[in-house]
Amino acid sequence: MIEARGIVKRFGDFTALDGVTVEVERGSLTALLGPSGSGKSTLLRVIAGLEQPDEGVVCLEGQDVTGVAPQERGVGFVFQHYAAFKHMTVWENVAFGLKIRRRPRAEVKQRVAELLELVQLARLGDRYPAQLSGGQRQRMGLARALAVDPKVLLLDEPFGALDARVRKELRAWLRRLHDETHTTTVIVTHDQEEAMEVADRVVVMNAGTIEQAAPPRELYDHPANEFVMSFVGPVNQLGDAFIRPHDVELLLEPNGATQEAMVQRLVHLGFEVRVELVRDDGEVLSAQLTREQVESLELQRGQIVYVRPTRQTVFADSA
Amino acid sequence: MIGKYAVRFASLAYLGGLLAAPVAYVFWRTFRHGFAPAWDAVTTPEALHALKVTLILTGIAVPANTLFGVLAALAIVRYRFPGSGIFNAIVDLPLALSPVVVGLALLLLYGRGGWLDGHHIVFALPGMVLATMFVSLPFVVREVVPVLREIGTEQEQAAATLGASGWQTFWRVTWPAIRWATAYGVVLTTARALGEFGAVSVVSGRLAGQTESLTLYVQDRYQGFDETGAYAAAVVLALLAVTTLLLMTALRPKEQTR
Repeated sequence: MIEARGIVKRFGDFTALDGVTVEVERGSLTALLGPSGSGKSTLLRVIAGLEQPDEGVVCLEGQDVTGVAPQERGVGFVFQHYAAFKHMTVWENVAFGLKIRRRPRAEVKQRVAELLELVQLARLGDRYPAQLSGGQRQRMGLARALAVDPKVLLLDEPFGALDARVRKELRAWLRRLHDETHTTTVIVTHDQEEAMEVADRVVVMNAGTIEQAAPPRELYDHPANEFVMSFVGPVNQLGDAFIRPHDVELLLEPNGATQEAMVQRLVHLGFEVRVELVRDDGEVLSAQLTREQVESLELQRGQIVYVRPTRQTVFADSA
Repeated sequence: MIGKYAVRFASLAYLGGLLAAPVAYVFWRTFRHGFAPAWDAVTTPEALHALKVTLILTGIAVPANTLFGVLAALAIVRYRFPGSGIFNAIVDLPLALSPVVVGLALLLLYGRGGWLDGHHIVFALPGMVLATMFVSLPFVVREVVPVLREIGTEQEQAAATLGASGWQTFWRVTWPAIRWATAYGVVLTTARALGEFGAVSVVSGRLAGQTESLTLYVQDRYQGFDETGAYAAAVVLALLAVTTLLLMTALRPKEQTR
């Protein structure tokens, strides 16, 4: 269990964290989601002890660790750019924490072998980090962090430097790993899809504060405000109302509640088709349809259609 | 094609004319009458004493500047402290300042009527050590600073989260990353310390058999029309420098092919 209460962190004139309070349940996988500069990485580093907060308290497993050095916190930290020990082999990298703790040689050997197996690097123990791919390096980073049996595992944009395909693989793999180990885990990401896919709970951050903390589904269906709504998925704005592209229905005939629009572009994304529309008042919106729907409507560029939102959200404070 | 060969020829000719030819000439002049006269010339008591003085100067200046260099590089890169910019600039001072000025400054500070007169520093070995240390100070710092900047602090932070103390982090993570830069700095420091002439010349008083380093001895012999002595001592200096370089290159490839 991680608790951070009233965390304030300033860098010169810049306030990175402006009184943030967050709780992470034991055994859960929580994502800190936000744009760059929202303070999500700083919050993670404060939890790890790599950054000292100007105000506020950090508790791990009920213990106040605010003044405790990172060495004594029992956290595992995974860095975006791996932070691999370049002059050590994969095996030595993973064994580092155990050697520092002066564990018996036999135990170190056994534990490292287990971990290399777990992260699918068993055959690459003799390699140096420079001889590994990015994905392999990050799995090594994970094994190294897990070696010391951390109370909490903290991942700072762990897949941010990898290409899209490897990202997706590692994301699914991380989720499976978590389901096996149940280590309390916090992952920082700016990718809403990653957060929604991997986490039990998503904490959306913006400008050093928390906008909403909720399970992915709730976040998507009941966003607390405009920022969350537009950050966790694509959104159209029509007046005060916000509408997801998949909640836009297109009709060929007007029916009173509809608005006229012209098809500007059809973007084929495999099964889905994104229809970009422009209304006669110049407002642009997009609708997400299946291929069958597009084909049965026989949509074409330049065609006039009638738009009807099937579901829309209006925020009380946005007016 | 022609351009490529022209570039190669030009750079080789430049190196040959500026470096190889003079050094080769010194060797030729030394051994022109065979090995024996040269050997005799460098085993005279004065020559041996000069060699000893040079080795003492180098033996003190190099370890001292290596330790200082690594610490100074860490201070410059890892810590922001008041005046760190000025500190960084001052480290380069020995590169900019003529060694003769350094010698004169030491003379004024420690010599007769100076602030610290009466400590047997000037016209004695301590003054020569100080002068050598001064001129060979920047090399380790300048080699280590860019490497420290490049490796960044993430590896050190990772070590900290894995439980390593500051001391453990330095020896297990930071030092392995900077040791080759340090070694290269040591080679440059050694070369500079061996070859220093100007500053040492001013503070030594040039007492033959007492405060004469090998470089001073070479000039002394040359001015005394003892050409064999001068050339032979010059060859010893050159060999010392070459040995340092060879030691360095012999050690290095092992690391890189790992």
